[in-house]
Amino acid sequence: MSTPRLVEVRQNVLKANDVLARALRERFREAGVVVVSMVSSPGSGKTAFLEKTLTMLQPRFRVAALVGDLATENDAARLRRSEARVEQIITGTVCHLDALMVEKALEGWDVGALDFLFIENVGNLVCPASYDLGEDLRLVLMSVTEGEDKPLKYPTIFNGADIAVITKMDLAEAVEFDWATANANIQAVRPGMQVMSVSAKKGDGMKEWVQYLGALRSGVDVSCGGLAAR
Amino acid sequence: MHELSIAISIIELAQEEAERRGDVRVSAIHLKLGMLSGVAKEALLSSYDLACEGTALEGSELIIEELPIVVYCPKCELPKPASSIEWFSCPECGTPTPEILQGKELELAAMEILE
Repeated sequence: MSTPRLVEVRQNVLKANDVLARALRERFREAGVVVVSMVSSPGSGKTAFLEKTLTMLQPRFRVAALVGDLATENDAARLRRSEARVEQIITGTVCHLDALMVEKALEGWDVGALDFLFIENVGNLVCPASYDLGEDLRLVLMSVTEGEDKPLKYPTIFNGADIAVITKMDLAEAVEFDWATANANIQAVRPGMQVMSVSAKKGDGMKEWVQYLGALRSGVDVSCGGLAAR
Repeated sequence: MHELSIAISIIELAQEEAERRGDVRVSAIHLKLGMLSGVAKEALLSSYDLACEGTALEGSELIIEELPIVVYCPKCELPKPASSIEWFSCPECGTPTPEILQGKELELAAMEILE
């Protein structure tokens, strides 16, 4: 048997996903739709936050959402109460969304008829980090009940996000949530990251968030280099 | 745990590259894995053998080179290893920095082939 020969390849393993994500990003840009993806652990309040966001944007903007879960249409049913177009992506056993799932879910959509498209990833702070979905803005959410050190435990996902949203602020006092420590931990794994604090239930901070989105839509640079860095 | 999906992607990419080189047999894969890639080395190694079964790469070896996180320190104006994965700052002057120069790699660097 001959001796093996070493040949250079130098290809990104997720090249296929990245190529697809780039094409999606181009398609979204041409259509003039702002695409925001959301990652967090299960139960951090992504769906409640998104439902409130869709409802608040609805009078002024054309909005839609894709929502990923391993099983059930429950989240899509909940989000449809906002009257926005919502498509459930059921991933089966897959723990994250990838660009192909997004492309397939958007088959037959006229994305040009939208101002905002939200993509709610599967609740998971590990796997979604590796997959670009073609979004403009990646949001990472953490709730006050999860503990201030969440960013230190999952640095990769926090580092790869553009903005952090702390949810369930109405419970902050009850669980003795220390905002300054949480913020310091976020800044440790992603220096300069913008942090917003909201209560989707009571509405606190939601107006600022919707204003942020409005500014994003009109092309105003509202982030601390998050968008520019992408 | 998405290492199995990643292992399948590695094998698909390697098969593509092997075909392009005239259907050569691949005996080993050299992978560059950044500490910020979100992929765990041990889980990937065990997924790899499983994913290779029944493919042209069955019996091939996966050799992983882990790459530490390197950031750019705006104060020292130099690339520096990050203080830690939980602390993106210069290990010497302590300046926080979001600028990552290395650590996100998930790259099929090279293959060992038998012609």
